[in-house]
Amino acid sequence: MSDTAKTVALHGGLLALLFALGFLLPAYHHGNLARIMVLASYAIGYNILFGYTGLLSLGHALFFAAGMYGMGLAVQYLGLSPGPALTAGLVAGAIVAGAVGLLALRTAGVAFMIVTLMFAQAGYLTVLYFGAFTRGDEGFVLQQAQRVLWGIDLSDPVHRYFAAFALFATCLAAVLWMVHRPFGKVLIAIRENEDRARMLGYDVFAYKLAAVILSGTISAAAGAAYGLLFGYVGATFASVQYSIFPLLWVLLGGAGTVLGPFIGTLFMFYLIDLSSGITTAYMLIAGVVLVLLTLFAPQGLAGELRKRIWRGLP
Amino acid sequence: MDIGPYLLLASLEGAVTAAVLALTAVGLSLVFGVMRVVNVAHGEFFMLGAVLAWWVTSLVAGHAALGFVLALLVVPVMVGALAALADMTILKRIAYDPERTIVATIGILYIIQQVTLMTYGPDARPVEPPFNTRLALPWIEFVDGKPHIYWPWGLSTTTYKLGVIAAAVLVLIGVWLVMAKSRIGLIMRATQLDRDMALAFGIPVERVYALVFGLGAALAALAAVLIVPIQQAHYLMGGDPLLLSFIVVIIGGLGSLPGTVVAAILIGLSDGIISVFFSPTLAKILATLLVALVLVFRPQGLFGVRRA
Amino acid sequence: MMLMSTRGLTRQFAGLHAVEDVDFDLPQGQVRALIGPNGAGKTTFVGMLCGRIAPTSGTVVFDGQDISRLAAHKRINLGMAYTFQITSVFANLSVAENVALAARRRRHGGAVQDAVVRALQQVGLQDRLAQNAGDLSYGHQRLLEIAMGLAQHPRLLILDEPTQGLTDSEIAAFKALVRGLADTTTILLIEHNMSVVMETADVITVLNSGRVLAEGSPQAIHADPAVQRAYLGTGG
Repeated sequence: MSDTAKTVALHGGLLALLFALGFLLPAYHHGNLARIMVLASYAIGYNILFGYTGLLSLGHALFFAAGMYGMGLAVQYLGLSPGPALTAGLVAGAIVAGAVGLLALRTAGVAFMIVTLMFAQAGYLTVLYFGAFTRGDEGFVLQQAQRVLWGIDLSDPVHRYFAAFALFATCLAAVLWMVHRPFGKVLIAIRENEDRARMLGYDVFAYKLAAVILSGTISAAAGAAYGLLFGYVGATFASVQYSIFPLLWVLLGGAGTVLGPFIGTLFMFYLIDLSSGITTAYMLIAGVVLVLLTLFAPQGLAGELRKRIWRGLP
Repeated sequence: MDIGPYLLLASLEGAVTAAVLALTAVGLSLVFGVMRVVNVAHGEFFMLGAVLAWWVTSLVAGHAALGFVLALLVVPVMVGALAALADMTILKRIAYDPERTIVATIGILYIIQQVTLMTYGPDARPVEPPFNTRLALPWIEFVDGKPHIYWPWGLSTTTYKLGVIAAAVLVLIGVWLVMAKSRIGLIMRATQLDRDMALAFGIPVERVYALVFGLGAALAALAAVLIVPIQQAHYLMGGDPLLLSFIVVIIGGLGSLPGTVVAAILIGLSDGIISVFFSPTLAKILATLLVALVLVFRPQGLFGVRRA
Repeated sequence: MMLMSTRGLTRQFAGLHAVEDVDFDLPQGQVRALIGPNGAGKTTFVGMLCGRIAPTSGTVVFDGQDISRLAAHKRINLGMAYTFQITSVFANLSVAENVALAARRRRHGGAVQDAVVRALQQVGLQDRLAQNAGDLSYGHQRLLEIAMGLAQHPRLLILDEPTQGLTDSEIAAFKALVRGLADTTTILLIEHNMSVVMETADVITVLNSGRVLAEGSPQAIHADPAVQRAYLGTGG
C-alpha cells in the first residue's frame, strides 16, 4: 500500500469506527465518547501549535474559554440561536488568539510558556471578575430550548454524539490536509529549525502567528461546542487545569501526529474516569502520567508507533 | 476609619505578605538562577510546608510554642529533602531541559497536591501561633491645627505578625551570608556562572543542583510555616504563592536575589494597599498582565542573560 | 554592475570589533571567495549581508537597494540564498521535502518537484529523495544544504564552508558544480579548503581581525606577503 492509501485507510477507518460506535455503544460510554471527541478536537487544535510548530503554550484554556464564553454569553444575553452563537465563539477565539500571538510570539521557549500562562490566568480572573455575567465558578446552564441548532436538539444524546463526531471529523480532516500542504510543511520546518526556515525566506513570525490563530480558533470551536453540547458554561474551563490538559493529552498521544491527540484524550479520559470512581484525588493520575511521559516516552504513544512501525505516520 | 489609619493597617498587612513572599520568591529565584529551570511545583512545596507544620504541631502536646518551634526546624528540612529527591529522580534524568522540566514539575505539582488531598483531606486547618499579643496602634490627626494622638478602632497588629517580619528578615540575611560569604555559596555561584567550567574544576554539579533545588523548596516551606498561624493550611493554598513568586521573580530580574527581595517588598506592600482601592481580583488581573508584558517587552533584561 | 556592496560595515560584540569598517563590492556573475583565519569575522560578515546579524553601523546594498534595515526573510526573497556553516537541515522531514521547502519560494505546483529533482541531481543525492534528512551522513547533509541553496535559484548564493566534511570525490564534484553555476549565479564562498578557493574563485577577499586585509585574483592573493603572514603561513 502506498503511504497515501495507508493514511486514508487509517484515519478513515477511525472515523468510520467512531461513526458506527454512535449506534452501538451503551449510553454511558456513548456520552463519554461524545465528550472525548470534543476534547480531542481541542487537543488537535493544541497540537497544531505544540506538535507541529514547536511552540509550547501553557495558556490554551484562554482560547477554549473564549469560544465557550463567546458562544454562551451570546446565547444567554443576546438571545442568539446556536448557529450565530457558535460563530461568535469562533470569532472571539480567533481575536483573542491573534492578540495573544502578537504579544507572546515576541518571546520564545520558557518565556513563551510563562507569558501564555499569565495571559490565560488573567483571562480566568477576568471571568471571575465579571461574575455578574459569567456567574464565576458556579457557571450557568444553557436550557434545552437554547440548544436547538438548525432544528436539531443538541441535548438529545444521539444528536449530541453525531454533532461531536462532525466537529472531530472536520478537525481531523483539516489537520491531515494541513500537514500535507506546503503550509503544514513550513510549520514543521519552523519546529525543526526556525533559523533555517527564516533563511529560506519564510516570514517565520507570520507563520507562527497563523499557527497560533488556527490553533486558538480550533480550540475555541471545541470550547463553544462543549458548552453547547453539554449545556454548561463555567470558569473551570478557563482555569490552568484546562491549559494543562491538552498538553497532557497531546504528550501522551504523541505530539506532531494527527491521531495522537485523540489517542491521548481517550486514554487520559478513561484513566481519570476510572480513578475518580476510587478517589477524589483523580488529578494524581494526570501528575504521574506527566512525569512518566517526560521521563520515558517524550514521543507519546503515536510517536512510538511512528518510531517503531511506520515512519510515514502523519 | 479614615484613609490614613487604613493605609497604615494595609501597609502592616502588606509587610507580612512581603516578608513571606520574599522568602518564597527567593527560593524560586535561587533555583532559576543556579539551575536555569523554572520550578512550577514551587507553590506545592509551600503548601506542603503549611500542611506538615499543622501535622508536626498536632503531634506535640503542651505549649503551642513547643510544637511550632519544632515545625520551624523540622518541616523545611523534610520538604527540602523531598525536593532534592525529586530533583535526583526526575529532573536529573531529563538533563534539566528547560521545557521538559516545566512539564515534569507540573506533574510533580499535581502529585504533591493530590497526595495531600488523599492524606490530609480537603479541610483547612489552623495552627496556633506561639505568641500572639494584640497591639493597638496610635494615629495622629490634626484638630484645629494641633497634632492629636488617638487610637483608631481596628488599627492594630499582633506580636506574631511582627515576629514573622523579623524572622523573614533574619532568614534572608542568612541566605545572603551563605551565598556571598560561604564556600558552598561560592560553589553555587560558580555553577551558576558556568556549569561546564564548574564541572571541569571538579565541582559536583549534580549534587549542587539537588542541594539548590532542596534549598529553594525549604525556603518556601519555611515561609509557609511562618504564615500558617495567620492563614490556615489547605491543600490548594499553593496556587497564589506560586503566581506571586513568579511575578516577583520576573519583575525583580530572574536569578537576582536582591532584585527579588526588592520586588517582593514592592509587590507585597502594593498588594495590601492596592486591595484597599481595587478588588483583589482586579489587582491580580493587572499584576498577571504586567508580568506578561514585562516578559514580552523586556525579555532579554528580565529573563536573565543566556550563557554564551 | 555591483550585485552586493557594503560601506563601513561594522559589528561589535561586547565592545570588541568582530567586523570593522568593511567596504565590499561583489559584481554580478563573479565567484568570490572570502577567506581568513578562524575568528576573522567571515561568518559575522555574511550574517550581516543576509540579515541574520544586525550591523552596529554601516550599510548593505543589494542590487541597488539599501537593505541594511530589511528583515532576513525579505532579503532572501530579493534573491539571496544562504547555506549554513553548521548543517541545519530539517531533520524530521524527507530529503525531498527539505529541498521543496526551498524551491517553493520561487515555484509552484509541478515545477517544485522538477526543481527538487534537479537540485538533488546537481549535488548527487537524487537517490535519497524519501530518506529522512536527519538520517543522512554528515557529508550528505552538507550536500543537502547546498541543494537547498540551489533550489532557491538565487541571484546571490552565499555558501558558508560548504566543503567541510566532504570526501575528496565530493569536493571535486563540488568544484565542478560551482564552475557550472558561475554562468548564472553570483557566488560568495566562505572556504578553508585552499584548493577549492584557488580553482573556483575569480576574486578572493581576505578578512583578518574583522578588516579586509587584501583583495585580488587567486594568483595575486597567493603571492601577497601580508596574506601569507596572516593566513596562509599558519596553514589555514
